[in-house]
Amino acid sequence: MQLFPCPFCGPRDETEFHYGGDAGNIRPDGADVPIDRWADYLYLRTNPKGTAREIWVHMTCGEFFVMERDTVSHKVLSSAALGGEHAA
Amino acid sequence: MTASRLATGGSAIDRSHPIRFSFDGATVHGFAGDTIASALLAGDVAVVGRSFKYHRPRGIWGAGVEEPNALVDIGGLRATPNTRATTEPARDGLVARSVNATPSALADRNAFLDRFARFIPAAFYYKTFMWPEWHRFEPRIRAMAGLGKVDADWASPGTADQVNHHCDVLVVGAGPAGLAAARLAADAGLSVTLVDDQQNPGGSLGHRAGEIDGKPAAAWIAETVAALASAGHLILPSTTAFGIYDHNLVGLNQRHFDGRPDTLWRVRPRRIVLATGAIERPLPFANNDLPGILSADAALAYLRRHAVLVGRRIVVATNNDSAYETAGALAEAGAEVRLVDLRRDGTPNAPANVRLIKGRALASASGKLRVDGVTLDDGTKLDADCVLISGGWTPTIHLFGQAKGKLAWSEARAAFLPGDPVDGIAVVGAAAGAVSLSEVFAGAGTAVASLGQTKAALPPRSTGPEATGGITAAWPLPGSKGRIWIDYQNDVTVKDVELAARENFVSVEHLKRYTTLGMATDQGKTSNLPGLALMAGITGRTVPEVGTTTYRPPFTPVPLASFAGARVGELMAPVRRLPLENVHRSSGAVFQEYGGWLRPAHYGGNADSERSIADEARRARQSVALFDGSTLGKIEVIGLQAAAFVDFLYYNTMSTLKPGRCRYGFMLSENGVVFDDGVLVRLDEQRFVVSCSSSHVAAVHARLEEWRQDRFGHGAVYIHNATSDMATLTVSGPNARKLLEMLELGLSLDDADLPHMAIGHGIYAGDEVRIARVSFTGDRSYEISIRADRAEPLWAQLRQAGQTFDAVVIGLEALMILRAEKGFIVIGKDTDGTTLPHDLGVDGPRTKRQTEFVGRRSLFTEEASRDNRMQLVGLTVPQGEAPLPTGAHGIKRIDGRLRSQGFVTSSYQSPTLGRPVALGLIERGAARHGETIDIQHLGKISKATITAPCAFNPAGDRLHA
Repeated sequence: MQLFPCPFCGPRDETEFHYGGDAGNIRPDGADVPIDRWADYLYLRTNPKGTAREIWVHMTCGEFFVMERDTVSHKVLSSAALGGEHAA
Repeated sequence: MTASRLATGGSAIDRSHPIRFSFDGATVHGFAGDTIASALLAGDVAVVGRSFKYHRPRGIWGAGVEEPNALVDIGGLRATPNTRATTEPARDGLVARSVNATPSALADRNAFLDRFARFIPAAFYYKTFMWPEWHRFEPRIRAMAGLGKVDADWASPGTADQVNHHCDVLVVGAGPAGLAAARLAADAGLSVTLVDDQQNPGGSLGHRAGEIDGKPAAAWIAETVAALASAGHLILPSTTAFGIYDHNLVGLNQRHFDGRPDTLWRVRPRRIVLATGAIERPLPFANNDLPGILSADAALAYLRRHAVLVGRRIVVATNNDSAYETAGALAEAGAEVRLVDLRRDGTPNAPANVRLIKGRALASASGKLRVDGVTLDDGTKLDADCVLISGGWTPTIHLFGQAKGKLAWSEARAAFLPGDPVDGIAVVGAAAGAVSLSEVFAGAGTAVASLGQTKAALPPRSTGPEATGGITAAWPLPGSKGRIWIDYQNDVTVKDVELAARENFVSVEHLKRYTTLGMATDQGKTSNLPGLALMAGITGRTVPEVGTTTYRPPFTPVPLASFAGARVGELMAPVRRLPLENVHRSSGAVFQEYGGWLRPAHYGGNADSERSIADEARRARQSVALFDGSTLGKIEVIGLQAAAFVDFLYYNTMSTLKPGRCRYGFMLSENGVVFDDGVLVRLDEQRFVVSCSSSHVAAVHARLEEWRQDRFGHGAVYIHNATSDMATLTVSGPNARKLLEMLELGLSLDDADLPHMAIGHGIYAGDEVRIARVSFTGDRSYEISIRADRAEPLWAQLRQAGQTFDAVVIGLEALMILRAEKGFIVIGKDTDGTTLPHDLGVDGPRTKRQTEFVGRRSLFTEEASRDNRMQLVGLTVPQGEAPLPTGAHGIKRIDGRLRSQGFVTSSYQSPTLGRPVALGLIERGAARHGETIDIQHLGKISKATITAPCAFNPAGDRLHA
């Protein structure tokens, strides 16, 4: 069982976390966003082999954060809280 | 008698505590400290089980976890199928049964199968029973094959404990290497946990010679354990480290022998030291599976630990030095010993009173239910009542392999050893290929030094005679004569491996699946290496070229109850409970689970529930109904940007809502689908309450948090889920206001002061109450929210006052009828994963809103604009007909074929209207009111007419009545 570092609580078992999606999948605002761009945002995932940047939520405290980890070795490289950086 | 208990000796047994247990119905005598296997051997029970496939008689092979043959089903408190007799302590009153044998291992009814063995090689069943269909044959074949039986009626005496544990160093194995490493780590100031699968620490030192720091091995073991224990380190005997998982989490299976279920330990050590030892391999010769043929090391263990002499006329066959100590000890104990070493040169000297035959190997063994002699490869026959085998040692590197450690082949040791180191894991002792105690201790010293501690003590010194590791590999060879067993547990012979090779199953993973080599409870602990070495020989490859199968947990079987722990029965998925549950129970409420909540379905007990529900729904319309709506979501959204936040989260514009007012709206997913509906309350400029669906509270809360943290920032908005803080009691019906006026709530209930979709604040018995005029019934309704722990007196007084008006208490089923009469939807019931807001007739925000909201762009796709979308409608049936079945499809014919055009989502008999009401999602439904369509259910077709969703009081004046 992997250990993930919650920025708020520290290292916890992976069973306490839920995957939230690719990090950096910036939401395009507006009713006139090109449909391909919107479809990419909704459905296109990178699924990288190696280093991945992902959003996770620590369900026990509610913290959403960005975690960098290696999908092959399962090494966790970094984690940082979200700070509303995608504010419109 | 051939095997027997000696009059003296036995380090593990306590002769002052005799015990009795039963095996296959016969009484077996033993002493405290015996295993089931040692007691069976002491009683000269040779046949202890039948083989998986051919029902061959099988005896005890080993003395530990590697045991492939001696599996027993044990009953009673610790009832477990397929328990290894070699690791299970013998206990008074224990009932053990051999596996795969009827009526007993000795007189097995299916023993005849072995005579047909030549016709049933590997994959026989796959190939033979394909026509007409495997499943016709499967039950009988399964009944003949297999191992232990699970007792389906057996219930665990309690839930299994699960323990989370942390330490600096976890040492797996308390043999010489593990004890030395644990002591060194402890002396360096690290916290140590030491686990061992045996009841007593010591490992091989429990039966092999050794002198350490000038002391006998037993004294050094006792001293080391005492030092660790007194310094507060944790020592767990009878505990197997069965798996290493991601980030070096280690799973331990701790066994108790007092009736308690096994304990599961989840250990997070900083470092792991694997001192897991090695397992002795068999040698290949014909009939090498006969009872009375044992591992040589096991015989030495039984002799020195349990004072059991396994035979009187013994042949020891070996290819390595380790059997010499065994042969000498057995001769000293009074047995006639012939030691057959296939090596001509470089062997140690023959021990005293042992006849050494060099340069010879066993060709075959003879005997029916037990071995009675052997033939050497030069034709020499030796009679024997017991044959001991030492084919070399396989390091126990399973855990290292599970941790993705790469293995390195050692020609000198004829074994795979740990290769490149894995982060945080050190392998020491025989598991790392060490043979002599000096090598073992040096390795332990290096491993502990590598933990990075500066304060390192010196490892212990071996001061006695040292073991030597000379070996000449003796793998099974292709083309060998006779039936030579590779895998005892799965009845895999040399011929089966050859067959697999002929049919091109040459990869080890294919070999394993095709022949079952290395499967089942022992997972090939004695058979894997000989099997893949044979495959190497057949295919002209080296052993490392063939490689090993993947090591996976568990190392030994772990009861499923251990993994379940306390998460059984009601605790598997605990329901959420109402604060007033007991009050409702005493009022005759019948409870059901709705979306994770245990709620009253209806009142009036279990008898004639349909009538109770109908009565509740009818009386609610006549006067006034009381309903416990405490499960309704109450998530507060507070802060400077609260209004902008709810605008973004809701489909409807919410920032225009005035303080003190409520608005109904949808939340969408980013794909535009309606995710939740409910009322939003604006308490003041910067404070809202999201009243989401009862079963959706957690999901809505998570969604609010996600958008808050991602898009708005921590300081802009705060979110608090107050759902469980407050109880919500609903008063609904024409007399709702009159009833409420009988309570002193300290606020005006005038419609001018508290109109529909407004909130008011009152006081009840000193506590603030929030009263919201929102309605899920279509009648005038008040939802009163109060601190959950103060709700009971308010509920009691509502019921008291209700007597004046013939008030009725209603459960969720009646509420479902009331809301369906009004055409009010339940998300997930009347909508599905494709329903967009305009499918429900709410198109305003889509066409008018200029500001951004979740799901917006998805409402303008080709799919969202399709003109034949399924839309919410009401459905009425011809007079006198029964309600439509929920889920029934509206159908139409296209080119003569039936095609669905939507389906019924909710359907009830309305007691007020005296006819069925139904909601559905029907293609183009909104434009087809008045049209009659065919409805199909289970092949029967009936009629229904499409209407507006609202069937009761479409004018809506009852809201204000």
